[in-house]
Amino acid sequence: MNDTVLQKLQSTFGNAVIESGEFRGELTVVIAKDRIVDVCRFLKEDPGLRYDLLADLCGLDMYTPVKRFGIVYNLYSLQNKHRIRLKTFVDEEDPHVASVTTVWGTANWHERETYDMFGIVFDGHPDLRRIYMPDEFDFHPLRKDFPLMGIPGSIPLPKK
Amino acid sequence: MDHPLQEKEASRKSRILQALEDQNTAVSFDDPLESDLVLNMGPQHPATHGVLRLLIRLDGETVIGCVPEVGYLHRGYEKLAEASSYHEFIPHTDRLDYLSPLSNNVAYVLAVEKLLGIEAPPRAQYIRTIVSELARISSHLLWLGSMAMDVGALTVFMWSFREREKLYDVFELLVGARFTTSYTRIGGLAHDMTDEARDAVRAFITEFPAKLLECEKLLNKNRIFVERTDGIGVIERDVAIDLGLTGPNLRACGVQHDLRRANPYLVYEQLDFEVPVYEGGDSLARYYVRMDEMKQSQKMVVQLLEKIPQGEIHTQAPKKVLPRKERIYTKMEELIHDFMLINFGVDPPPGEVYHAVEAPKGELGFYFYSNGEGHPWRMKIRSPSFVNLQSLPVMLLGNMVSDVVAIIGSLDPVMGEADK
Amino acid sequence: MGLEKALGDALMLTRLDDAINWCRKNSLFPMPMGISCCAIEMMAFAGPRFDASRFGSEVFRFSPRQADVMIVAGTTTYKMARVVRKIYDQMPDPKWVIAMGACTSSGGMYRTYSVVQGIDLFLPVDIYVAGCPPRPDNLLNALIHLQKKVQRGESRGSSTSIIGDLPRREPALMQTAV
Repeated sequence: MNDTVLQKLQSTFGNAVIESGEFRGELTVVIAKDRIVDVCRFLKEDPGLRYDLLADLCGLDMYTPVKRFGIVYNLYSLQNKHRIRLKTFVDEEDPHVASVTTVWGTANWHERETYDMFGIVFDGHPDLRRIYMPDEFDFHPLRKDFPLMGIPGSIPLPKK
Repeated sequence: MDHPLQEKEASRKSRILQALEDQNTAVSFDDPLESDLVLNMGPQHPATHGVLRLLIRLDGETVIGCVPEVGYLHRGYEKLAEASSYHEFIPHTDRLDYLSPLSNNVAYVLAVEKLLGIEAPPRAQYIRTIVSELARISSHLLWLGSMAMDVGALTVFMWSFREREKLYDVFELLVGARFTTSYTRIGGLAHDMTDEARDAVRAFITEFPAKLLECEKLLNKNRIFVERTDGIGVIERDVAIDLGLTGPNLRACGVQHDLRRANPYLVYEQLDFEVPVYEGGDSLARYYVRMDEMKQSQKMVVQLLEKIPQGEIHTQAPKKVLPRKERIYTKMEELIHDFMLINFGVDPPPGEVYHAVEAPKGELGFYFYSNGEGHPWRMKIRSPSFVNLQSLPVMLLGNMVSDVVAIIGSLDPVMGEADK
Repeated sequence: MGLEKALGDALMLTRLDDAINWCRKNSLFPMPMGISCCAIEMMAFAGPRFDASRFGSEVFRFSPRQADVMIVAGTTTYKMARVVRKIYDQMPDPKWVIAMGACTSSGGMYRTYSVVQGIDLFLPVDIYVAGCPPRPDNLLNALIHLQKKVQRGESRGSSTSIIGDLPRREPALMQTAV
């Protein structure tokens, strides 16, 4: 099944598929940032593939000078009972990527969480607000340069 | 303003209310007064099952829009995982879905074992399945108690808590702790199941169906309960899949999806059980699905107790599995392995895995990105309650404000998991 | 006293403060601020096995205006701290606070950016209960200790001194959060 999917992707999208790998039986495909919505829509609507459940969407901080942030999409097909993983990478200076809320409605809150934790902006998202931290919080906690204990004074505490 | 951040308070309020008002309303009434009310079911509320804040826009008593706000219990689990080794994180997994801590332990350890490429021995797999199903019964019992209490049936709350206390006694004998168990270890279990524990499980599971029948007799044909749940909180099948709903909520919409059947893990392939699926997508269907799941879990535990093999409960993978305590104090190799594992962590190969199990609430998945160090570079918890709560605005639309509580009860969210 | 001996067993003489404090301690209605896992043990504490109502806590009043003691059960984050303080301020005097579990006493096992390291940084606490989560018996023990405190007439949180002329103790100096 992994080979069929990879073959279909490569024949349809050609050079948008940057690299692919298999680890512990799971296929991971790295897609170019600008074609991600097309690839997702193809994977969801193709009658043989039908990846209709977006199980998970998360961010990944590689802490490299170029292509620092990755976005990982874990897809599941109810019909074929198969999982696949897509990844794209964005730079720190321009952390913008297109939103996949038009393909799967569940991406809404997942993308809000990724924005809150990493600062990756999803273009075309209907309602991009912070979800876990208070709205007035200025930092993005899951970045590698944010300390575990937090920054003193970043969230106010009520007076005793 | 004595604090600079308080200046943003005013703009913060209007942003969330703006989000509420920007939503398209699906129903419209010709109300001569033409006024909406925004109701805040705040984080502290007796019936929101934890710290969930709902901003509901009402037209009279009908809900025309809803924006849930989560994050009041965000404890920073994912950042904590990056700072602790794979073994150290096991107690933290108890506190995710705190109604069924054992199933979170099993889910986490299965994901780490997939990353490491090891597998626990058969006896450990059987015991892990037994505790997963007992945790499912425990979680559904609490759901039953609190949903019945929200709808008004207080007796069922007391009875289900009585059964849960018996289950806690069983856990104490089996695992060592009532509630936050941390039972599983990478490559096996913390300790074996004694004969006394096995007999306690058998005693509980033999008398459980009769007790469940008592609670069912109070609710199944109760006109008040049926009228409060039938046709309330309907979600269509395609909308449910699109919104990522999983678990009993999805099976109540008519979708045959259960990870125990679709991608079997542990010993589910060798067990004979049914997956209850109901059509309708309303609260009553979700109630029936969970009641039937409890009965199926009971059947599964009976089969597991008969089939469980003898054997050891740790794999032989010295550089990845914590050795036994009695050997650490006497043998040199085990001492060195224990030292290396505790201080530097297991050494997984670089790579990424995603492993999901069928938790009582839905699909609980762990995504690991490892770069070869003893602590994960990135760990993401795909918590079912977080995704299930996204479908709450769809379910609430068009219903009365007094149904809100019954619908949240039937959805069964847990904020410890939703907020991570 | 001579009067008691004269009148026999049917009469008891005491101070008004003690009588009122006795009534208060035997009818402490808790307001459960159940936030996370400790809330489940608190529900078990109210459940049929470890019955809290035999000690006077008959109902769990979810409205702060009708409660005496607030049991904060669960990890308090910065986002939630505002809410907890608001609810505490709505409770009428005399009021007490039980900090249940490790997370409320000192931040617990979460030394992270979003968890308040102990609710005594913004609330005056009377009883700390250890455990993660504390067993319901432990919480019952805390309730009984609180009852002894109420009988003595002490409260860390009340702004007016309640009946009795014992001084209100100042809370100890705590370190700031981070």
